[in-house]
Amino acid sequence: MLLSRVADSLYWISRYLERAEHTARVVDVAVDLGLGRGSTRDDGTIDLLYTSLELPISEPGSLAVAAFFDAANANSVLSCITVARENARQAREEISSEMWQQLNGLFLRLKQMRGDASRTPRTHFVSRSVIEGVHLFHGITDATMGHGEGGQYLLAGRYLERAMATARLLDRFMGRAFDGPSPPDQAGLVALLRSCSALEAYCRHYTADVRPERVMEFLLLDANFPRSVRFSASIAESALRSLGRLSGRRAGGDAERLAGRLHASLDYGQVGEILDGEPHLYLTDIGRQCARIHSALYRTYILYSIDTALPA
Amino acid sequence: MGSTVRGPWLHASLPGPPALKEGSAGPGPESRFASYELGAPFDEMFDAAGDVRPHCRSLLDELLSSSATDLRGRQTEADKAFLAQGITFTVYGDDQGAERIFPFDLLPRIITGAEWATLDRGLTQRLTAINLFLKDIYHEGRILSEGVVPRSLVYSCKHYRREMRGVSVHRDIYVSVAGTDLVRLENGRFVVLEDNLRVPSGVSYMLANREVTKRVFPGLFNRYNVTPVAHYGQELMATLRALAPLSRAEPTFVVLTPGVGNSAYFEHAFLAREMGVPLVEGRDLLVHDNIVYMRTTSGLRRVDVIYRRVDDDFIDPLAFRADSILGVPGLMNAYRAGNVALSNAIGTGVADDKALYAYIPAIIRFYLSEEPILANVETYLLERPSDRAYVLEHLESLVVKAVGESGGYGMLIGPHSTAKEREAFRDRIVADPRNFIAQPTLSLSRAACLIDDQIEPRHVDLRPYVLFGDKVRIVPGGLTRVALRKGSLVVNSSQGGGSKDTWVLRD
Repeated sequence: MLLSRVADSLYWISRYLERAEHTARVVDVAVDLGLGRGSTRDDGTIDLLYTSLELPISEPGSLAVAAFFDAANANSVLSCITVARENARQAREEISSEMWQQLNGLFLRLKQMRGDASRTPRTHFVSRSVIEGVHLFHGITDATMGHGEGGQYLLAGRYLERAMATARLLDRFMGRAFDGPSPPDQAGLVALLRSCSALEAYCRHYTADVRPERVMEFLLLDANFPRSVRFSASIAESALRSLGRLSGRRAGGDAERLAGRLHASLDYGQVGEILDGEPHLYLTDIGRQCARIHSALYRTYILYSIDTALPA
Repeated sequence: MGSTVRGPWLHASLPGPPALKEGSAGPGPESRFASYELGAPFDEMFDAAGDVRPHCRSLLDELLSSSATDLRGRQTEADKAFLAQGITFTVYGDDQGAERIFPFDLLPRIITGAEWATLDRGLTQRLTAINLFLKDIYHEGRILSEGVVPRSLVYSCKHYRREMRGVSVHRDIYVSVAGTDLVRLENGRFVVLEDNLRVPSGVSYMLANREVTKRVFPGLFNRYNVTPVAHYGQELMATLRALAPLSRAEPTFVVLTPGVGNSAYFEHAFLAREMGVPLVEGRDLLVHDNIVYMRTTSGLRRVDVIYRRVDDDFIDPLAFRADSILGVPGLMNAYRAGNVALSNAIGTGVADDKALYAYIPAIIRFYLSEEPILANVETYLLERPSDRAYVLEHLESLVVKAVGESGGYGMLIGPHSTAKEREAFRDRIVADPRNFIAQPTLSLSRAACLIDDQIEPRHVDLRPYVLFGDKVRIVPGGLTRVALRKGSLVVNSSQGGGSKDTWVLRD
């Protein structure tokens, strides 16, 4: 038994945490690239990374700080952590105290870092602490909270957000690689892999021979890598299937059906085929499908109309 | 206030000044008590001669053997624990959304088992009588017909709910959760200052304070035999169980909160978690055919018992304030139909009206034919011409309170007031005498507190929580609130008050 409002909060806790983690990692890669290239602007990889986050472009130094701490930007890391924490407060009786304390501690540390960041913008340490903080939260969740309905909302939110983020990043890079005039830059591809924490895993799979179509294949279609779109879709699908079963609402299979379809299309997809077609459209369509899954989830479990649910 | 006694008890009661620990910095332990004054108020730690009370001996020893740095470190640890748990309130008007913890004083306040036994009996007696009184005034009104309590006083109370006339309440339990404020006077006796019979709060602080105190004073805690409080959640659950309609085999319980914006939200979530029941807001509930449902991911689910932390005024916009967005439209009808139980019942506030308070001893005698075990504070009802004349003559020595206010607002503390404030109050009293009562300025007892590395006494009260269901259940202790500002008598958290842990000993 789970209140609809609390289910909504659980779902958004993990979506916002996923977004914070993703932003922290992308900014970390962008800052690192900037360091390697002196004061001159690079070929645009840094811009690509930042624009994928939908942040306003300004000076590189301040941009990283803004990506972490700008309160006016709803996608900044601090904003995401703040909203995740507010949602956790709303779901306080559903999550464990250990989870709450971890999230609350992360929020308090980050607020403290905001004060320090204006003096010494060593953003790498901020990144590390956000990423580790979020990982720790997932570990604590796994170890202290029941893996029932509430846990499935956490999973659904986390993996839907992840599928969308990876697809969007791929689209920014691959749109250029396959549609644009210039061939993809090796360093850019490495930056893309690192932004998904995928460089080591990629090398183990393909060796350090980094090629655009392989990067595309790995981040989009790999069955086992935890940040690939296919893997994310498969976890989201299984979470939604569990929700249908646990809530006893068989009629609510729409979200499950849409997630299943997305997962199947990735299961049976092939990179050559996708690249021969229109990769940009393919990738943006993944985002659209995720949005439809989200709406179906809300229609079925959270914002359903009363007359459909009254006892006979 | 009173004469200053500077540490004679130290020499009278200790074999000799304890040696400073090697390497400890700062002033020695004796000077930590340098500004400890023993005056007219009852001191919880030392008797009038300046000797430590036997049950506080170990606490004193602990304080004398701890360095200033050590105590400061423990205070920091305690404050951090509250912050980490998110036991905070938001400072309004701060755009950074600054969150503060409620001030917590490190040193436990200790009550002996014998003292507690009297309080336990007195509180049980008082709440039993209050429940009989509420049933009576909402039904036949015997106590009114016999003239023991004036009819006009009850009917003019703003918390009296006509809607409750003739409504039968399961088991006749109106107040199932009460928080009674007690103070200890110069003679060492506890008296009742006020009853909180609507939605008393603070119990989560009683529990959180204990958790933290155990952690920062493990050795000291072990040397005492302290009765536990951690089972409060189970006791509350057992109490709510007794309220469930008998027709429902597997009743559903919820805690109803006004929402995250409420200053007691932490407590609402805490109690829901302790009991393992959902924490709902008004928007999660709906009423259909006089049945209350909550919106769950599995569809609508019937609700049987609501531990509500929303005031009467806001609980149902169809019955009470129409502008409330916190409530549940139609809840009052479902309640009247007997389809849902509320804790506390609607309309209990009439019994904690500050003017009606003066009649509680008479109410106890009327229903139970017993003498009250816990005394009231002498109270002047300004509606009575003779009382009013006396009070207006003596404003500078009395405390005047508005009957419907709480949280330390709407009060005039005579000895701490200016002539201008007294004039303003005089006008308000003359304009609406029913709305005010007056009491002598009480000398609240004082307990040792850690203030800027010094041990100093501060005024305290005590709010035990009384549960009334299948039987009366009182978790020994309660919340000790402390007026941290020197000389202040106001313990409310909204006015510079803090709290400390309360230890009831097993004798």
